[in-house]
Amino acid sequence: MNGFDDDDEIRFRRYPGGRGGPDRFVRDVQGWFRRAMESRRTIAMAAGALLLLFVLANTFYQVQPEEVGVVVRFGRYIRTTEPGLRVKVPFVDRVHLLPVQRQLKEEFGFRTTAADVGRRTQYAPSDFAQEAVMLTGDLNVAVVEWIVQYRISDPYQYLFRVRNIPGTFRAMTEAVMRQVVGDRTVTEVLTVGRQAIESEVEALLSRLVREYEMGLTIEQVVLQDVNPPDPVKPSWDEVNQAQQQRDRMINEARAEYNKVIPRARGEAQQAILEAEGYALNRVNRAQGESARFRSLQEAYRRAPDVTRRRLYLETMERVLPRTGGRLIVDPDTRGIIPLLPLDRLRDGGASSGQRTAPAQGGQR
Amino acid sequence: MRRHVVAVVLGVAALAALGSAAYQVGEAEQVIITQFGDPIGDPVTRPGLHFKVPFIQQANYFDKRFLDWEGSPNQVPTKDKRFIWVDTYARWRIVDPLRFFQRLRDERGAQSRLDDILDGETRNAVARYDLIELVRSTNRDPDDVPVEAEEERAILEKIQRGREQVSREILERASARTADLGIELLDLRIRRINYVEEVQRDVFARMIAERRRIAELYRSEGQGEAARIQGERERELQRIQSEAFRQAEELRGRADAEAADIYAAAYGRDPEFYAFIRSLESYEKIADKDTMLVLETDSELLRYFERPR
Repeated sequence: MNGFDDDDEIRFRRYPGGRGGPDRFVRDVQGWFRRAMESRRTIAMAAGALLLLFVLANTFYQVQPEEVGVVVRFGRYIRTTEPGLRVKVPFVDRVHLLPVQRQLKEEFGFRTTAADVGRRTQYAPSDFAQEAVMLTGDLNVAVVEWIVQYRISDPYQYLFRVRNIPGTFRAMTEAVMRQVVGDRTVTEVLTVGRQAIESEVEALLSRLVREYEMGLTIEQVVLQDVNPPDPVKPSWDEVNQAQQQRDRMINEARAEYNKVIPRARGEAQQAILEAEGYALNRVNRAQGESARFRSLQEAYRRAPDVTRRRLYLETMERVLPRTGGRLIVDPDTRGIIPLLPLDRLRDGGASSGQRTAPAQGGQR
Repeated sequence: MRRHVVAVVLGVAALAALGSAAYQVGEAEQVIITQFGDPIGDPVTRPGLHFKVPFIQQANYFDKRFLDWEGSPNQVPTKDKRFIWVDTYARWRIVDPLRFFQRLRDERGAQSRLDDILDGETRNAVARYDLIELVRSTNRDPDDVPVEAEEERAILEKIQRGREQVSREILERASARTADLGIELLDLRIRRINYVEEVQRDVFARMIAERRRIAELYRSEGQGEAARIQGERERELQRIQSEAFRQAEELRGRADAEAADIYAAAYGRDPEFYAFIRSLESYEKIADKDTMLVLETDSELLRYFERPR
């Protein structure tokens, strides 16, 4: 009963204008149908047109620029067609379109979330980790994430030689990556070995893809994040830190070295130069003095007595006025000397009385 | 009117017969024709349209492609008693569809037989070898391997077989058992090996300890190197200073000697005169205002003081 009421309501809505609405709709349809029945030719033509359209749609097909079409007749491979508008036998031939020019990508250990949200939900996060965790050759553990870029290079093989290409491809890639990583130390995997791993995986994978006749070409293997497992990470950071500490300590020591040694070299140079100066001074003086002596001596030899006396007297003239006191005594009165107040005879010298005695002696 | 009906019935029957007689074989397929369940003739492997006796003969399709087999992860102890998860995959194909059909009926049967055989052989192989044989594939040249830590020396351990050879061994043993099933095993590989949870914890602890040790090593290396540089600095300093001193003293000494030679050469010509001159110079230097001179009148200087003659 309810169903009827609903139908009524819908008709009311489509034909606004009160109770006459539903009747008018029925009348319209009936009229159209009657008129169509009257002309059988129209029906035949319409049917013919539809049929033609259907056949044409089954005859022509378009191959996009990045694709090729693989034509199969009764299941048997016929040919591969290039991009453009192509013809096939309708209903008998079937076409597989394959994007052979497109670079395809598989991600391991992670999924690009923005690019393909739908696919991400298919995998639990723990599965990513399982893909990435692997043993290294020293029986340690590393977490390796990578991508493989590839192309379909042989459509025939791709379609007809291997079932479940994606699953097989992922499995073999994982196996190859683990085989390569399994031959290296954890340090190599995490630091210096990346390039070598990439190229070795690429080579092995290419070989295996050929062996499996998958019709794929490996374009590139790229390592993404390569990390130690999370619980171990802090200790790896500590090693990095220690490395930097080591470098810093060495650099500081070098700086100290550089601060001291060049300066010491300069100072050494200075000391040597000073010594050279001393040497020059000493030799020049010696030469000067000896030259002077030579000249004097030559003059002296020409008139020894006079010169000798002159020199003596001139010296005495210069010496005597500079002395503090002078006492002239007769040799006969030498006995009184101890009685003289020598201190007072001098200008004020009190302590140097003793020094006069050698001076006097020297004069003899 | 009745003639019409008969014609239509005959037509429909003919179409049905044709539909039942014709069958397609795809590029990836092979077919065995059975008559009331009995296989008839050779397997049909050529792709295209084929015909059989309608209704009483039946086409059974089998895949011709390489098929995949995914092992379920096994927890297995290795020979050196380490518990690991081993995950393998294999590639196989139906080479003898008749035998395959007789022995296994369909792929579901095949998968479960393969599970039995391959999982079993994998388990046996793992138990026969040390873990290192399963992880490594080749022996590395020790010169090529940068070894940073003590525990990484495990990489230098010689392996007898290696991952690839162990896989091949599993494959060979399994192949022997799958041969009469119409199945050819093409390849079997170890996809993943992981430690079981408890072992993994131990391994992580070991890795952490090892890293700490490396960190300590770096630090002490730094200290050692710094000390060495400091020592070098000190030595260099002493060397530079002492060499400079030596050189300076040598220069001075040589200059003194040369000066002495020069003096000697000059003064040696007349030592007596030199003594005289030098004494006079000394008197000039010695006498100062503190000097008290007592001069006698018969001295050389004053000898004319009292007596002009």
